[in-house]
Amino acid sequence: MKNKQVEIAAAPQAVPERVTETTPGAAPEVAPQAVPEMAAEVAPEGAPKAAPQNVKANAFKAALPHTLPICIGFLFLGMSYGFLMRSKGFSFIYPMLMSCFIFAGSMEFVTVNLLLSAFNPLYAFLLTLMVNARHLFYGISMLSRYKNTGKKKLYLIFGMCDESFTINYTVPPPPGVDAGWFMFFVTLLNQIYWVCGATLGALLGYVLHFDTTGIEFVMTALFVVMFMQQWEEDASHHRAALTGLGCSLLCLLLFGSGNFILPAMALIILCFTLERKKVGEEAAE
Amino acid sequence: MTTTQSIITILVVVLGTMLTRFLPFLIFPEGKTPPRYITYLGTVLPYAAIGLLVVYCLKDAVAAPFHGLPEGIAIVCIILLHKWKHNTLLSIGAGTAIYMVLVQTCFR
Repeated sequence: MKNKQVEIAAAPQAVPERVTETTPGAAPEVAPQAVPEMAAEVAPEGAPKAAPQNVKANAFKAALPHTLPICIGFLFLGMSYGFLMRSKGFSFIYPMLMSCFIFAGSMEFVTVNLLLSAFNPLYAFLLTLMVNARHLFYGISMLSRYKNTGKKKLYLIFGMCDESFTINYTVPPPPGVDAGWFMFFVTLLNQIYWVCGATLGALLGYVLHFDTTGIEFVMTALFVVMFMQQWEEDASHHRAALTGLGCSLLCLLLFGSGNFILPAMALIILCFTLERKKVGEEAAE
Repeated sequence: MTTTQSIITILVVVLGTMLTRFLPFLIFPEGKTPPRYITYLGTVLPYAAIGLLVVYCLKDAVAAPFHGLPEGIAIVCIILLHKWKHNTLLSIGAGTAIYMVLVQTCFR
């Protein structure tokens, strides 16, 4: 949902802070490669005779505290997403299944809009790629970490939202805890929170009746807050953020609200490609 | 949009999302380093995408009867509140509530 990001999107930069609070001994900036090796060495020695149930139970107990801060955020955002869908006339089945299978917060909000406008699958596809491009980066960072996790790997990749990535990337599993199962439960618990939130929110929509005019602004508010968080996170991202904002505004003016997304995406990628070439040439000189 | 069209749209979004998640694992198996251009796009696109999404959310606001005034007021409130409290959920919740009150009372 991230991002998300929520993707997911709840509090991308707040998460590692809270995570480190709960693990006083853990350094958040561990070298990515160091952890799986360490865990792989420790796991077989630490629990050589443990039954498979114990391996899972230990991993679950270790994972749960790290996901609790996410729980509040996901329930809140998930509920507003489910409630929004219900207020636009969708059955609770929609948010329930969408949160199960898309499981990328920002994109689920955007999909509400897509479902309410004219049918255009290509546009939906390209917009999804753009909004979720950050997952490529997550995946590249997790290549070594997800190695040797067996069948769980498929689910780990499927459920790699912003928050699960943040935890799995920054929190080394405690000694003796199986790294694969630890990451599995982090991902699973986060998804459970999100799906429960979305379903609950939609169900609330059947019971609560008030004037919901303007509730769709929750999506705007979400992205404005995400933009601010990224802005404050690191000044080196300002250029990229402004490129996105500027190209989109320019294309909105040129092409109108119905057709600006695709040219905006093309212009953004073009800007980045040109800028990278320039930077590369300067470095070569 | 018909139900079939809705389902196709959702499936396309699922497919796109899964593509972004699985692609690195499919094309960069063990030991292979991804091309610099791809990792570079992975670092900058997320920031640009949020900018795009903010504009996407506001695309119809200017042409609306009040030319984006309620949206503008609510966004200023969100920015101030977020600068002050740095609480994601509070900023989103209060911002949405302010907007809903605005469009249901002053900007009907």
